[in-house]
Amino acid sequence: MAKRSAPEINAGSMADIAFLLLIFFLVTTTIDKDKGLLRQLPPPIDENAPPPPKIKDKNLFIVLVNRNNDLLVEGELMELKDLKQAAIDFLDNGGAPRGGEIAYCDYCQGERNPSSSDNPDKAIISLTSDRLTDYDMYVAVQNELGAAYNYLRDREAQRLFGWKYTEKNASLTQMSSDAQREKAKEQLKQIRDLFPFILTEAEAKQN
Amino acid sequence: MSKFKKKGGGELPPISTASLPDIVFMLLFFFMVATVLRKNNLKVDNILPPANQTEKLDKTRTVFIYVGKPKDQYVKGRGTEANIQIGDKFVDIPELKAAIFEEVNKLRDELRSKVVVALKVDEGANTGVVNDVKKELREANLPKIIYITTQGESVQ
Repeated sequence: MAKRSAPEINAGSMADIAFLLLIFFLVTTTIDKDKGLLRQLPPPIDENAPPPPKIKDKNLFIVLVNRNNDLLVEGELMELKDLKQAAIDFLDNGGAPRGGEIAYCDYCQGERNPSSSDNPDKAIISLTSDRLTDYDMYVAVQNELGAAYNYLRDREAQRLFGWKYTEKNASLTQMSSDAQREKAKEQLKQIRDLFPFILTEAEAKQN
Repeated sequence: MSKFKKKGGGELPPISTASLPDIVFMLLFFFMVATVLRKNNLKVDNILPPANQTEKLDKTRTVFIYVGKPKDQYVKGRGTEANIQIGDKFVDIPELKAAIFEEVNKLRDELRSKVVVALKVDEGANTGVVNDVKKELREANLPKIIYITTQGESVQ
């Protein structure tokens, strides 16, 4: 009986099929690149809560954005590009005197102007926007205020630990060991406590 | 006559393409793994504003809210003002909390307490709508939000 060898299957078209699938997945893929500005909303309003403590005017940095996307900072018209520096000057001021009632800010490098903020953890930025303000302007303002904090946190992290706050924060997920990550988190928190992000938001009164 | 006579002339043997499918399959698997099929069909315009002080978003614990003008085919029912979309449907402010909890319940149990709400808002929208959404989120006790942006300079 003649033995018939099985004919070899031609695999030449295999590549074509694979290419077809490859191209399909190439086209449908959206490699995710969602990034954004992380913010914390205040807790729900509690009617039984005690009234909030009075905040001194000098510890408030008031930013207003009107419906024409004009920026008013501390009562003066300002360009968006100057906002970051103005916020840095305010946060880094450290105006409380040494040995006073309010803690002296020994890491601040600002002008120590007594009529500006006492201490970074007392300094509050208040952002008020109109209902008709464009969202891109709003995000730009949020971005600049975030940039001011990031600048100061970077500076302090550089001074204390020799790395940048923002870079360390971004590389947190890539760290291999848990111990390393915990240590980094601890240090990041330490920096955050030096310049806590305090931003209050309000909506402009309608009239 | 030498025993090791060269056969033929100096012709090159044809390059074997047998490993080509393997290479292609490798690429194919990479893209299959990296692909995230879009879950939500966008019913609103969504061009995000630029910012450069951004942080990465952890996808697993996120609920998305889209805000923007309705696309052309929905203008008839929803008007031209900025609308809110959660999941696959349009949502109005009074229904927002219910819709958002529905989405939160789709997440894994252990992540529900650390939900981050991602706001994908069109750059042409007004902050009024965003403020309304934030007010609802505040009342719903979902304090962590992230404004999704594109990478870029916000100051011209």
